[in-house]
Amino acid sequence: MTADVSTSLTTSEDGKLVLPSYERPAGLHPPLDFDGYRSTALRHPKRPLVLLPHRLTEVTGPLLGDDLITATDADLTTQHGGEPQGQRIIVTGRVVDSGGRPVPDTLIEIWQTNAAGRYRHSREHHPAPLDPNFDGIGRAITDSAGRYRFITIQPGSYPWGNHYNAWRPAHIHFSLFGRAFTQRLVTQMYFPGDPLLPLDPIFNSVPDEKARQRLIADFDIELTQPEWALGYHWDIVLRGRDATAFE
Amino acid sequence: MTPSQTVGPYFAMRLPWPDGPFVVPESTPGAITIIGRLYDGAGNIIPDGLIETWQASPDGRFAHPDDPRGATPAGYRSFRGFGRCPTAPDGSYRIITLKPGPVPAWDGSIEAPHLDVSVFARGLLDRVVTRMYFPDEMAANAADPVLCSIGSQQRRDTLIAVPEPEGQLRFDIRLQGDRETVFFDV
Repeated sequence: MTADVSTSLTTSEDGKLVLPSYERPAGLHPPLDFDGYRSTALRHPKRPLVLLPHRLTEVTGPLLGDDLITATDADLTTQHGGEPQGQRIIVTGRVVDSGGRPVPDTLIEIWQTNAAGRYRHSREHHPAPLDPNFDGIGRAITDSAGRYRFITIQPGSYPWGNHYNAWRPAHIHFSLFGRAFTQRLVTQMYFPGDPLLPLDPIFNSVPDEKARQRLIADFDIELTQPEWALGYHWDIVLRGRDATAFE
Repeated sequence: MTPSQTVGPYFAMRLPWPDGPFVVPESTPGAITIIGRLYDGAGNIIPDGLIETWQASPDGRFAHPDDPRGATPAGYRSFRGFGRCPTAPDGSYRIITLKPGPVPAWDGSIEAPHLDVSVFARGLLDRVVTRMYFPDEMAANAADPVLCSIGSQQRRDTLIAVPEPEGQLRFDIRLQGDRETVFFDV
């Protein structure tokens, strides 16, 4: 298994090395230090982040394949013998980059509460019932057009102790890899019209109003299946790339 | 673009994989074990964090189409390059992997062997990213363009793992405090 370490990179015809570089979305993500969310106080770095120009480690990333996925991973309502309680919903959309290009073959992992607002987790003590037919976990791989589709149950709201009478709006946690280390994203999808959204420090930690709205799925009657399930549409936009030639 | 939100306290329902810490199977010749703990600004351990690593193979290559040298050679087919480990109740994590090779950079310099490390946790509204370097690579580390971009030796030292008596490498991560780890804007 010994191999020579290859220390020169292939260059394009005109002698320049071409590596992609990923957009840096200034002001998009929430600040790491955010007063309204108590747990950030001792967990945010106080020193300025050091700018890391994108090199090979950052423009590559794990390309995780279909072998991780089983048939019921994208349908959270069929993972047990019986039907879970609650409103059946379809959540679907595309993963694209900021240049509008689809992000194909990328792993999406989701987790959420059941219809009663209860997570299946050992450190969760909210006195709402567990559902023996619902784990609240799913996985999918985007297709060649970047599309994904989950069937699940409308999650509930739950209290979280951040401040007096603090309740999280209903949400689904999403984890995405994209095609490069720089594109890795963990976020949350919310539901339109949720009265808790204006009160939620985590949702409102996103500084830009338009960016915040992009965390809210659209109800879509076209996706809604008669006599069966409500349809929600949610596109996820990852950082776009440019090929940058270096002398 | 879609903004980040915290991974929250309940990601352990989905994100840990049974084989997540194993970038290679433990029995792989040359496998190394990286251990460490995650700390907050009060010096307390963080028992609900998630550590992810991404790195080159031992010959400094990536199994990815954007590595201009092509796909990783067949000798490293069982090598995933990616590791993922939640922190335990004592704040600890471990990753079993192969030591990466040096990586060429576009500016003609050579990057010393390193892992990119992401940290996710309740209380982190976005991941934070750091790098782990190797203590037995003093010359390569001294020439590494990323380490060289950090002015203070004391700060650079937060990125270099510490050898343990039993051959493991310790890489503790401190989100805040006197010995706060260097984090990068990627």
